[in-house]
Amino acid sequence: MPNGSSLVTSGVLHRFREGDLEAFEALFREHQRSVFGWILRMVRNPATAEELTVETFWRIHRARDRFEPERPFAPWARRIATRAALDWLRAQRPEVELTAEMAGALPSASAGDPGIAAEIRSRTALAFARLPPSLRAAAVLAVVEEQPHKEIAAALGISVGAVKLRVFRALRLLRKDLEQQGITP
Amino acid sequence: MNAHDQNRMKELLKEALPPVAADAEPERDLWPAVLRRLDEDAVTPRRATFQSVPWFDWALLGGLAVFTVSFPATIPVFLYYL
Repeated sequence: MPNGSSLVTSGVLHRFREGDLEAFEALFREHQRSVFGWILRMVRNPATAEELTVETFWRIHRARDRFEPERPFAPWARRIATRAALDWLRAQRPEVELTAEMAGALPSASAGDPGIAAEIRSRTALAFARLPPSLRAAAVLAVVEEQPHKEIAAALGISVGAVKLRVFRALRLLRKDLEQQGITP
Repeated sequence: MNAHDQNRMKELLKEALPPVAADAEPERDLWPAVLRRLDEDAVTPRRATFQSVPWFDWALLGGLAVFTVSFPATIPVFLYYL
């Protein structure tokens, strides 16, 4: 989301709410990268993140009547993006998610630790994909992406305490799944 | 699961799913795709309102109707809370 260098004025937000396409494009240009990045962190596939970014801005345009121009645009857009990503995660079968091909396509910040066997990494990723989407979203954003709990809570529409609880439950279920596969974390 | 186990699981998860690069961005301009989507929305008529209401909302409404018919004395209470 914008970091204090927003080019969008209050007038643009009002015009967007009234259905002005140029104002909507200005908002899109300013926020598409951050929306894409947020969705990518959740779905972990660049092509899917692009599709969901389009879906998110379509939903944003459709919901413009409910936008309050006095409030910031970015958190509102992020909530809609989060819902779009969760809808997608719920519609997927775990078997088709987080494959090695997807992991290779992901623009990651760091390479994995060679000390941890690729087999364990792969099984962990698959076990993680089997978790309920709401737990996965909280865990990936909090643990992997190290996003602030407050921001995750705002995006998911829950409290900070609920985020912590979801992360804890996700880790506990993940550990249980790995133990059932004979892997002792 | 104690704190040590939690930290171990976090470490394992980070290894399995490396974080996304901070500068990740779409490989193409998505604005044309957004415009196409808006155009499709304009061409395709929206579903009728009653069709877009989830089934459980209809079930809730039905249940409420049955309840108020069975216990008419509760109607003022519902009206008060509206």
